[in-house]
Amino acid sequence: MTDRSVNVVFGGEAGQGLVTIGQLLAKGLVRNGFFIVVTQGYQSRIRGGHNTFSIRTSAEEVRAPQETIDLLICLDIQTRAIHGPELSSQGLMVVDSGWEGNGLACLEVPFKKLAAARFSNILALGVAGALIGLPEEVVGQALEEFFIHKPPSVAGENRKILKTAYQWTEGQPVSFPKLPYPSHPGRRWMMHGNEAIALGALSAGLKFFSFYPMTPSTSIALTLSPQAEAMGLIVEQAEDEIGAINMAIGASFAGVPSMVSTSGGGFALMVEGVSLAGMTETPLVIVVAQRPGPATGLPTRTEQADLEFILYAGHGEFPRAVFTPGSVEACFRLIRKAFELAELAQTPVFLLTDQFLADSYRAIDPFEVSDLSPVRPGTEWSGPVASYLRYALTETGISPRLLPGRSEHLVVADSDEHTEDGHLTEDLSIRKQMVGKRLKKIETLVRQVDPPEFSGDTKPDLLLVTWGSTRGSVLEAAAKMRSKGKRVGTLHFSQVWPLVPEQFMGFLKEAGEVVCVEGNAFGQLSRLIRQETGFQIAKQVLRYDGLPITPEFIIKAFEERFH
Amino acid sequence: MVTLEDYGTFETAWCPGCGNFSILSAVKKALVGLGLKPHQVLLVSGIGQAAKAPHYIRANVFNGLHGRALPVATGAKLANPELTVIAESGDGCTYGEGGNHFLAAIRRNINLTLLVHNNQIYGLTKGQASPTTEEGRITKAQPQGVPSAPFNPLAVAVAMQAGFVARAFSGMADHLTDLIQQAVSHHGFSLIDILQPCISFNLVNTLAWYKKRCYALPDDYDPAQWEPAMKTAMEWGERIPVGVIYRNKRPSFEDHFPVLKQGPLVGRGVDQKKVKQILGSYA
Repeated sequence: MTDRSVNVVFGGEAGQGLVTIGQLLAKGLVRNGFFIVVTQGYQSRIRGGHNTFSIRTSAEEVRAPQETIDLLICLDIQTRAIHGPELSSQGLMVVDSGWEGNGLACLEVPFKKLAAARFSNILALGVAGALIGLPEEVVGQALEEFFIHKPPSVAGENRKILKTAYQWTEGQPVSFPKLPYPSHPGRRWMMHGNEAIALGALSAGLKFFSFYPMTPSTSIALTLSPQAEAMGLIVEQAEDEIGAINMAIGASFAGVPSMVSTSGGGFALMVEGVSLAGMTETPLVIVVAQRPGPATGLPTRTEQADLEFILYAGHGEFPRAVFTPGSVEACFRLIRKAFELAELAQTPVFLLTDQFLADSYRAIDPFEVSDLSPVRPGTEWSGPVASYLRYALTETGISPRLLPGRSEHLVVADSDEHTEDGHLTEDLSIRKQMVGKRLKKIETLVRQVDPPEFSGDTKPDLLLVTWGSTRGSVLEAAAKMRSKGKRVGTLHFSQVWPLVPEQFMGFLKEAGEVVCVEGNAFGQLSRLIRQETGFQIAKQVLRYDGLPITPEFIIKAFEERFH
Repeated sequence: MVTLEDYGTFETAWCPGCGNFSILSAVKKALVGLGLKPHQVLLVSGIGQAAKAPHYIRANVFNGLHGRALPVATGAKLANPELTVIAESGDGCTYGEGGNHFLAAIRRNINLTLLVHNNQIYGLTKGQASPTTEEGRITKAQPQGVPSAPFNPLAVAVAMQAGFVARAFSGMADHLTDLIQQAVSHHGFSLIDILQPCISFNLVNTLAWYKKRCYALPDDYDPAQWEPAMKTAMEWGERIPVGVIYRNKRPSFEDHFPVLKQGPLVGRGVDQKKVKQILGSYA
């Protein structure tokens, strides 16, 4: 029990149904008004290995994962060995009978006696639900919905096992503190970062999505595919990432909001396409779900080390914007903004997330979508056919974008340097004008920047600066430090490019000390801020072992290194 | 009425005597012959001298990256199937850099036409071997002779049971025009591999060399038969067949997407009620 929240961890091999029971318990919790932060740990294999599904839950808002474990459900003996030492002081371990607790608080469940082996995950779910005090009906309903497309007997059988688990657990002499229930349970949705990205894109008017499967971005495609027919969009698994991005550029050129998603290695292949979108001024939304690199790195773990790659990806110079959402809600809001901005400035726009946020289920307040307007590609043009210039030099650098085949006007786009009418040119004075035209669009991007979010004490002794998915852990770490009497503020960047120093320099200068918290080894945001403002952030808390930054990690770093 | 003038006349960057000129003229004649207006047509190309062809035709144009004409053309066709989409590029662009996209386009059977200007050499970068250069040919970049066997695009396409597989020769202008019309009219993926001389860098496969060898497939040749087509696709040497080598009627890629049955994606709005419904399923 930590600060009235409980961290429940299911551990076992891939293929044991770990994610299923984790999702079902999480669903039950959210439906009863609890907040959750899910962290999924898995290996690059289909069966076996060691996986975890961790749910930190509380009646009050939680924003970050927790390292110590309050309730450890061991589906295999390896889990006991790996995670037993992480049990909190009041923690409890659930193991199969005969495994022994190694001196740790332990509930031995006679799995084999209670049900057939194929039901052991449902048994584990029931034991966990009963221990934390979540009613059996709640978990049972989630279970029935899960089997809705199977014959009713399947749900019935599973429901029976769940009941057995609850009855058995409630008859045990073990006591585990029941979760305090929310006083005013809100109606919330359960969603992870990638789902919010996919659904936000749908509401923004996404009509073409191409991808090549790559962890941890693939669930965006898996969320979109089942909706394609109803929502009128095409989802295409391309032959490779190069095909994916070029296809999306073709679709966008032809007039539909388009998006690709990938991870670092796949994005490396897409980079020439990024330059193509920049040069042809084709709107494009690119989602990069970061994982540790270089090369294949740790394929299923998390890191925030592709910031510099995204900032500079592509040859030559062209404008771009980079969003780095810090929550599931921000994934939804910022992917919408990415579509609007891509269309407005006719340029590639990035959304940078990571494995932790991509897979992290949360309880979120429902989005109101009825008044959200979708992106409308292209502009109206009433001039004569011959006078239409795709790359007309304008005050803002933004040229009228017509859609091929939608009128008698002809649309000519070119990856070579080109004249106003889109034809390739070797006239070097035009080259200079066209570079100037494209770079002028930066002013439009700058006007639209999502300002960094400041919270906590003004003029603090300590300012924690961060970006992307680390937001929740920084907020909780700051709150903890404040409760010990320190004046602490936080500054979170949900957009890292363009940077508008006027939006944040005041916060940096007013703070007694500034520390950057990032999931990489270079301190990439620190470097970017120094490059753009000359302000040196001397101290950093950096994590790059493949795990998400937690509040404990930040606090420990302060205790060990800075004091 | 559509006329040749509608498709414009432009100054080109090609060498005098290049095979590209007669291909350009055949494309324009074919479009006029089909009664297509310039705004109904989208020409997509990659990089190279052949890839410049769309710049010399008044139509919608997307001149993209080396090897990437096909994915761009595929995306554009899916967004708006009402467009007549023609991808046009050279042998290096299409079969070298774009090899994987070539295979994928055949598998998809996307309803577009691919015109490959095949001069068996890299012209724009001044004379290196291309994927279709014969084994052993000596070039500046391959002074010991090309060490790899040439790529046979027609045999590969027939082997994959592509929709429409043809070979043309830039020196047989009317024949080429007719093939382009057939290819554009075909519902599904159409490939025309167009043999053309490179007067600057391929001094072996000259206009005279092709003229001596290229012959039109006889009227009684049946492109619906796969096995003879495979044999015809392999025929290369003293005699080189031109014409429709293989034709296979199967559903095009777009036919598989129910969303396209209600018309093109372009211009469609978003039903936020449906979005709301989908979001509601996360409760």
